[in-house]
Amino acid sequence: MARGPVAIIAALAVLALTLVPLGAVMIRAGGFAGFAPGDMEAVRFTLWQATLSALFSVLAAVPVARALARRNFPGRGLLVALLGAPFILPVIVAVLGLIATFGTNGIVNRALAALGLPETTIYGLHGVVIAHVFFNLPLATRLILQGWLAMPGERLRLAASLGLTPWAMFRTLELPMLARILPGAFAVIFVICLSSFAVALTLGGGPRATTVELAIYQAMRFDFDLGRAAALSVVQLALAMVAGLVALRLSGGAGFGAGLDRIVPRWDGQGAVARSLDAGAIAAVALFLLTPLVLVTLRGLPGLVMLPPGMLEAAWNSLWVALVSTALCLTWALPLATRRGELLGLLGIALSPLVLGTGLFLIVRPYVNPFTLALPVTALVNALVSLPFALRILRPEAEAIRADHARLAQSLGLTPWAWTRWVFLPRLRRPLGFAAGLTAALSMGDLGVIALFADPERATLPLYVYRLMGSYQMAAAQGAALVLLASSLALFWAFDRGGRVDA
Amino acid sequence: MLELADLTIRAGAFTLRADMTLQPGERVAVIGPSGAGKSTLLDVIAGFYAPEAGVVRWQGRDITGLAPGARPVSILFQDQNLFPHLSLARNLGLALRPGGGRLGEADTMNVEEALAEVGLAGFGARKPAQLSGGQASRAALARVMLQDRPVLLLDEPFAALGPALKTEMLDRVAALAEARGALTLLVSHDPADARRFAERTVLVADGVAHPPRDTKALFDDPPAALAAYLGA
Amino acid sequence: MKALTTFAAGTLLAGTALAQDNVLTVYAGDYIVSEWGPGPKIEEIFEARCDCDLQFSPGDLMPRLRLEGGRTEADIVFGLNTDVTKEARAAGLFAPHGQDLSALTLPIDWQDDVFLPFNYAHTAFVYDTDRIAEPPASFAALLEAGDDLSIVIQDPRTSISGLALALWVQAVYGDGAEEAWAQLADNVLTVTKGWSESYGLFTDGEADMVLSYTTSPAYHLIAEDDPTIKAAIFPEGHYFMVELVGKVAGTDNPELADQFMDFVLTEEFQSMIATGNWSFPAALPQAQWPEGFRQLDLPETALFYSEDEADALKDQAIEAWRAGLSR
Repeated sequence: MARGPVAIIAALAVLALTLVPLGAVMIRAGGFAGFAPGDMEAVRFTLWQATLSALFSVLAAVPVARALARRNFPGRGLLVALLGAPFILPVIVAVLGLIATFGTNGIVNRALAALGLPETTIYGLHGVVIAHVFFNLPLATRLILQGWLAMPGERLRLAASLGLTPWAMFRTLELPMLARILPGAFAVIFVICLSSFAVALTLGGGPRATTVELAIYQAMRFDFDLGRAAALSVVQLALAMVAGLVALRLSGGAGFGAGLDRIVPRWDGQGAVARSLDAGAIAAVALFLLTPLVLVTLRGLPGLVMLPPGMLEAAWNSLWVALVSTALCLTWALPLATRRGELLGLLGIALSPLVLGTGLFLIVRPYVNPFTLALPVTALVNALVSLPFALRILRPEAEAIRADHARLAQSLGLTPWAWTRWVFLPRLRRPLGFAAGLTAALSMGDLGVIALFADPERATLPLYVYRLMGSYQMAAAQGAALVLLASSLALFWAFDRGGRVDA
Repeated sequence: MLELADLTIRAGAFTLRADMTLQPGERVAVIGPSGAGKSTLLDVIAGFYAPEAGVVRWQGRDITGLAPGARPVSILFQDQNLFPHLSLARNLGLALRPGGGRLGEADTMNVEEALAEVGLAGFGARKPAQLSGGQASRAALARVMLQDRPVLLLDEPFAALGPALKTEMLDRVAALAEARGALTLLVSHDPADARRFAERTVLVADGVAHPPRDTKALFDDPPAALAAYLGA
Repeated sequence: MKALTTFAAGTLLAGTALAQDNVLTVYAGDYIVSEWGPGPKIEEIFEARCDCDLQFSPGDLMPRLRLEGGRTEADIVFGLNTDVTKEARAAGLFAPHGQDLSALTLPIDWQDDVFLPFNYAHTAFVYDTDRIAEPPASFAALLEAGDDLSIVIQDPRTSISGLALALWVQAVYGDGAEEAWAQLADNVLTVTKGWSESYGLFTDGEADMVLSYTTSPAYHLIAEDDPTIKAAIFPEGHYFMVELVGKVAGTDNPELADQFMDFVLTEEFQSMIATGNWSFPAALPQAQWPEGFRQLDLPETALFYSEDEADALKDQAIEAWRAGLSR
């Protein structure tokens, strides 16, 4: 099944790309240094906000995914694509969008004031959680939606013919599916939130919202205390691995058997209550996620005319980085789409990008000028960072395909190539398209390790946005951010769509 | 001939022993209560499950350690006999070319002939979901025909078909096995299938796969375990 | 494919350029090198004088220099701040600049023979006169302002300007710094990682005032013809922030590096840097500043800690910030 040697090579590559840079930093530092006084507090806050953020993201995603799974309405495809946008926005742009919505001067507060109601504030732990839910709810929704779509039509038909009540339907079909999907979704989002830093700080409203990643940043860039940065990174990695292990234990249930690829309509959820619940869930999530996006768009429009020609080149660079990252990430993900592979993949987002970048810099620096590697390194790191998402998306389907078809393939004596070409890839097409879209978009929007590998001639689009903002060019920056948003979305849509064209 | 020499098969707390010899070209039914281990026995022969002890030999050669595709065995499962996303032509093509390569002209002809032989001429471009149950069974049969292995295992593949259709399929298998001289093992829970199809029958019960006995004699004078199963 | 070939070509070019001996490699911050920063103008003017190739290399300055140590390819490091110079000096990474400092027009006395100032500003809270008619007249008034006055500041642990603010409060309030922060807490809307995020929040109207520089209004006045952005000037004084350039001790092109150091204090450079980097020139009499800069409100007192003092006070100042705002 092409799983032996290829999987081992892929796994070793992940290990090498995370642990070797960490090791390089440690060696350079001459070992770990002790923690600073506030570090334990940072660990506590980090854990707490990540837990709450992941919990709310996942819980809120359940009704939304269910509504999307059983309703068809005009514009559904577009909505599903747009819902992915927050996840791929550059952090700084998304934060400005959120603040334009929920901030003191945001439209929510202005509406409240117009109605004579007291104002609310977004700054605080709840603001951090709202922001993280904004970023991760779309991912959670898509992961759960996949679970719903993967339920074989035969089961739904059986449920319909048995006349199961909504509750019985939930207990017998949906709950087992959720029990299988939710722990993994929770773990991925938890790990993303573990390394949150700028969002947590800005919306947390002050030093109480100090995360481990901020402490790493401070140690790395301000105090140049590599030993402390390495020690904190290990703490962060350990937290992520524990979360991953727990999720793996919890999500042990078997998948659904194979259906016959017939498209079977659903018969449940026809009552008025179910209909209005679904409509409410979709409307609420659309309002919550799209308002900041609309504001980002509106604010970006005037800036579009101010964009200098250099931006086109940056966009072109970003596009290439995104495409290379995507190819790399998927090649990597396919052999690793197993339980152990998924756990390993979490290393990619759990390791602080600063430590990763610094480690890589230390490793390549004796041999090559790091500038010349700016774009390749960015592509590689983006692929590594996207790996956990790709694996989360691919693994359930990949395992189902193996469970359903491996025996037939073995009895035919299919070669690994034939299995991959004729069975594995075609059947994996839908999640593969989604994973590719997500990787491409993430990689488009990610700043990655560019800070140490910067190249004046070859900026990427996110770097371009930051440079504009750092030079008082706020309007042009918002214009460039809009270009970034639009191109990320277009890439995401193209791949995701490609995966869903019916074969 | 197919020898199952002192096999011990263990799956958790369940144990099954088998020690028997089956002749090339003969048709054998495997019968017994559900959960007795009929499918597991077939899995061991097909190479999906390794026995704890003992040896499987074909024509004197030890095949216990061979991968399923490398064995002289083809198998029809209860379901998932065809890849649902591939056309019939490609499904059957993979039986001829497990490397997944391009089908030559001769291969294409073989595929068409096999389809015609099971009454599915011109169905090459269809996908399994576009077939009726009987058509899908026949397509699967065409697949094992193309594999052309001297041992054919049938793990209740026709259980979902109606009585007339099932009888038709069993007759087709019998004819096919006859024509190619293939040793055929049919797992079934229906004594009528065994009587119709098999000269000899293996009874699997109480942790033992008994050596094959003449089908008619076995059913006329069933041992206690079979009698209990038959409800006689 | 085109990107790949340009990429390959770029790699080759970079490789050959390194081999040339009339290349001056200048490490500088992203904000310097970007097309809106002073980098492109510096490159243009200097290359016209030196008949050489000036190559900027953007990114983190000190982390990179520390990682590279003596093997750095940098000849010049442009845009250092006083909070990192102590380490750099101790590590022996820089050589004396050899410049005559009498031309400097800084509000403080500067006698450093290694790090050469090229422009300066002061920390200040910037506001929009359309939104605030009467800003706090002093630091004390800011502390006492009601919680309807909101400010955004930067984190002293992640940002240079944030650290400057912590030192500013330290300089004004000394042992009372933590108490001052606690009083300010109800006005602090939020803390951001860097200056850009804060300034973005301010321009979006989220906060009334933003921690920025006394020179920020010049940008709006000159580039946007907008006179409504002002810096609130406090009689307690403002923290002085200077940007420095240093010659790398191990440079393989010392003459060219010296030539660049000479260039920094020339009138040509100094008259360009004000609008290039939106800061006060370090060696240019006020009368020669661009019009918009001459109109700016200037603090009477510049508060400043030498690098040794700043190094000794830094942890204390950050802790006062953290404790005061966490109450």
